Amino acid sequence: MITFEHVGKTYGDWTAIDDLSLHVAEGEFCVLIGPSGSGKTTTLKMINRLIEHDRGRILFEGAEIRSFAPEQLRRRMGYAIQSIGLFPHWTVEENIGAVPRLLGWPKSRIRDRVTELLGLLALEPERFRDRYPRHLSGGQQQRVGVARALAADPSVLLMDEPFGALDPVTRDTLQAEMLRIHKASGTTIVLVTHDIDEAIRLGSRIVILDGGRIVQSGTPRAILTKPANDFVADFVGREDIGIKLLSIERVSDRMRPGETAEGEPIAADASLRHALSLFVARGIDRLPVIGPSGTLAGAIRLADLTGGPT
Amino acid sequence: MLKNRVLLLLVAVGLAAAAGLAFVTHAPNRLLSGQAVSWAIVLGAGRWMALLPALPLVVGPFLPQSRAVHLVLAVSAAALAASLLWLAGDVAIRLADTATPSARTSFGGAFWLIEAMAALAAADALQRGISNPAARITIGAVLILPILAVIGGGAIDQLSIMKEYANRRSVFATAVATHLAIVGATLLPTLGIGLPLGVLLDRRARLRRPVFAVLNIIQTIPSIALFGLLIAPLAGLVAFAPLLGRIGISGIGATPAIIALTLYSLLPIVRSTTAGLEQVPGSVVDAATGMGMTPAQIFRRVEVPLALPVVVAGLRVTVVQAVGLTAVAALIGAGGLGAIIFQGLNGSAIDLVLLGVVPLVAIAITADIALKLAVTMLKMRSG
Repeated sequence: MITFEHVGKTYGDWTAIDDLSLHVAEGEFCVLIGPSGSGKTTTLKMINRLIEHDRGRILFEGAEIRSFAPEQLRRRMGYAIQSIGLFPHWTVEENIGAVPRLLGWPKSRIRDRVTELLGLLALEPERFRDRYPRHLSGGQQQRVGVARALAADPSVLLMDEPFGALDPVTRDTLQAEMLRIHKASGTTIVLVTHDIDEAIRLGSRIVILDGGRIVQSGTPRAILTKPANDFVADFVGREDIGIKLLSIERVSDRMRPGETAEGEPIAADASLRHALSLFVARGIDRLPVIGPSGTLAGAIRLADLTGGPT
Repeated sequence: MLKNRVLLLLVAVGLAAAAGLAFVTHAPNRLLSGQAVSWAIVLGAGRWMALLPALPLVVGPFLPQSRAVHLVLAVSAAALAASLLWLAGDVAIRLADTATPSARTSFGGAFWLIEAMAALAAADALQRGISNPAARITIGAVLILPILAVIGGGAIDQLSIMKEYANRRSVFATAVATHLAIVGATLLPTLGIGLPLGVLLDRRARLRRPVFAVLNIIQTIPSIALFGLLIAPLAGLVAFAPLLGRIGISGIGATPAIIALTLYSLLPIVRSTTAGLEQVPGSVVDAATGMGMTPAQIFRRVEVPLALPVVVAGLRVTVVQAVGLTAVAALIGAGGLGAIIFQGLNGSAIDLVLLGVVPLVAIAITADIALKLAVTMLKMRSG
């Protein structure tokens, strides 16, 4: 879907990106992460030519991005940013319909698409359609921002710290929704963050950058279990690597089907980290597990958390 | 106990003016200064009842400040303004019966001060009582109707200012039309040059300092000096190219007036255009660029609508300033209401001066209120 070949970007005598090569496959949820100044946002903005690279090549669906007019290229990519940037003088419907209008979609198709996207982002279409951004909470505004980015069915969605300015509860809900949307639509997503927990939760692949170079690229599990060097180990947080590993696995991965236990059950799709929290908080070593249909599916023991993946 | 200090102050000033200054003055002819006509004559034979609308205003500062109270106060203040006008006109009619035709009855200091206090009280009550700006202006316009009815109905025709008007009916109409035409003719080049220049300065920050320096210097030149400075070069230009003279351009008259007024008007328009574009949030422009709008689309669909309230606010300053400066342009033969004012000043005929000043103030206030309303409505639309 997107390929960087030996890409570089220099501002004066400061090298922002140095010989970066990366392939983002179709359907991947690729998270770019790194400290400030690591080049993660520059990398993202080079994809839709908000920043022009000055060395190497960037390919989009097999073609050099310079072979497209910048506006045409951007209309095929969704773009959501931390500051959201909703048009204050347009309603929610007009904001979401912005790119489809640029592409000349008929009115009825835009309207249907807006209805669909509002539903997808858990905003009641009839309640929110005609509101102005100033009448929305921060979380609702970013939902509209994401809906706007998804409006024209882009083949790739670029997100620059989209949840960075939200409160933890809203951020958590929106992260869950992004996972759901990614699963349902299969859209390729490239997301920039500086929050390692967000990267571990969302990414099917994590790319860690430092000083304009890729330090390590791999699945969350690979990053956590085999950090390439001390920088990565420090960045992911040495002390709670174990906790973070628990957070990427589901209870259903380790549970014992058919076994029973006493007490309030845990959902099968909850994370092992959640299970550990319940074990410690309740001072127990067994938890009943209920499946998606709400029926008891088995149990999980404290000792199950320490085994390798099954 | 005391609920509204503003109104209390207005009432106090009004009462002090009534006690210390003349309401109307009477003189045997227009050149002599008038003698005060006593309140006893003005209010005799039951005419004191015309002052009843003042009662709510006197107790108003001590009433609970509810919406209904504010509405009553606004109506009372407007009614008082109309009835004072009627009282002055009525005295003039009675005095005219007993005096020679050249005798003059004029408004006194107390009349002007109390009218001003009543206008402020009405505006203040509307401001406090009605939050919707469009409704506030509509009600304000309705409240002015009784005053227009008193003037239109001939009740003040025997007052000196209206006698001056009767003598100069056609001159007055021409003056108002010329005045408005000069202001309108100034706005065309002002917007034609000012808007593009403002956009340019938004895009090229380096040009801002020098351009604003020049516009600021122009603003500090006294208007009379700038009008005068333009006479010689324009006259020379016309001597050089007589064709210009034939299409109406000359060293005196409307041409230098419009050029000078345009130069003055550029600063507020350019500054508000640049400021309006600058306050468009960067995140909104970033998002628009990132979703694939062209620079022209961003300008037309995003920047212009979001900058418009600030630009119109600048236009408001420009128009009010141009209405006032056009009066001075009469000195170089541009005509307009200024011609009437200067004629009155030369002849020491204060009422003739007022005949020029009152409509001038009315035009400026009307333009100010209309454009202020436009700004409020634009702001409500664009958030």
